[in-house]
Amino acid sequence: MRKKDVACRDLVELVTDYIEGALPRRVRVGVDRHLERCPGCRTVIAQMRETIWMTGTITEDQIPADYRESLLMAFRGWKSRR
Amino acid sequence: METLASPEDPALVERLRAGDESAFASLVDTLGASMLRVARMYVSTHAVAEEVVQEAWLGVLQGIERFEGRSSLRTWIFRILVNIAKTRGKREGRSVPFSTLAGDDLDQPTWDPSAFQGPDGTQPGHWTSTTFIAGWESVPDDRLLGSETVGVIREAIRTLPPMQAEVIRLRDVLGWSSDEVRNALDLTETNQRVLLHRARAKVRRALNTYIES
Repeated sequence: MRKKDVACRDLVELVTDYIEGALPRRVRVGVDRHLERCPGCRTVIAQMRETIWMTGTITEDQIPADYRESLLMAFRGWKSRR
Repeated sequence: METLASPEDPALVERLRAGDESAFASLVDTLGASMLRVARMYVSTHAVAEEVVQEAWLGVLQGIERFEGRSSLRTWIFRILVNIAKTRGKREGRSVPFSTLAGDDLDQPTWDPSAFQGPDGTQPGHWTSTTFIAGWESVPDDRLLGSETVGVIREAIRTLPPMQAEVIRLRDVLGWSSDEVRNALDLTETNQRVLLHRARAKVRRALNTYIES
């Protein structure tokens, strides 16, 4: 393995920048090369992508109904004052 | 780079300007919970956060005629919210250090260092010979997508520092772009990514612990 290879320890901290497309080109090429021969890091990337996807399946909380109603009241007040 | 307005924004903005209550209600339902959490980061109590959010909505309505669509509507709403929340927090004599919101672990590794070879290893910094990261491909879908998994993700997000929790919610639960999130929460591009990385790494770890159990 050549000296310039990205270490796994560093790669796991670059995963988000990598997925976000935020890595400088040179680093990205290094990561791609590393991934070609490192199954452990490929699994890390895959797990991270699945995590993103699974997080997308949870639903956002709803605000309490009475508070929601008070916001709608404020809206009606604004509308009538215009 | 400013985010362009979302495709659905112009219609929504027009409906708000026209005083369409259902347009307002749909925004409240989509953004309400997040707005309360963001306000709560800067003010002392949940009750004050509710006042701040109400004030922000009034600011939105009063300013909607002037909204030019140079950012997305939701980003613009959050900018108004964050400004009001910060001002209110200051008035309360409350100053919240960034590290309290963002977490004090931003420069720490997200992986257990013992998974990697030390300086004396044959390949320092690479996985040790005993580190094995199993993929999730073999996990049945009903386990991976079951309600228990949802509970694991929710709990992992709940225990994050507030700004990490909000970044992952806006990005990965609500699907905002990175530009929208950093503008909405007043973060630098780098900070947005660092917070997102830590949040995702912790959720991944929680999921992995659950899946391996």
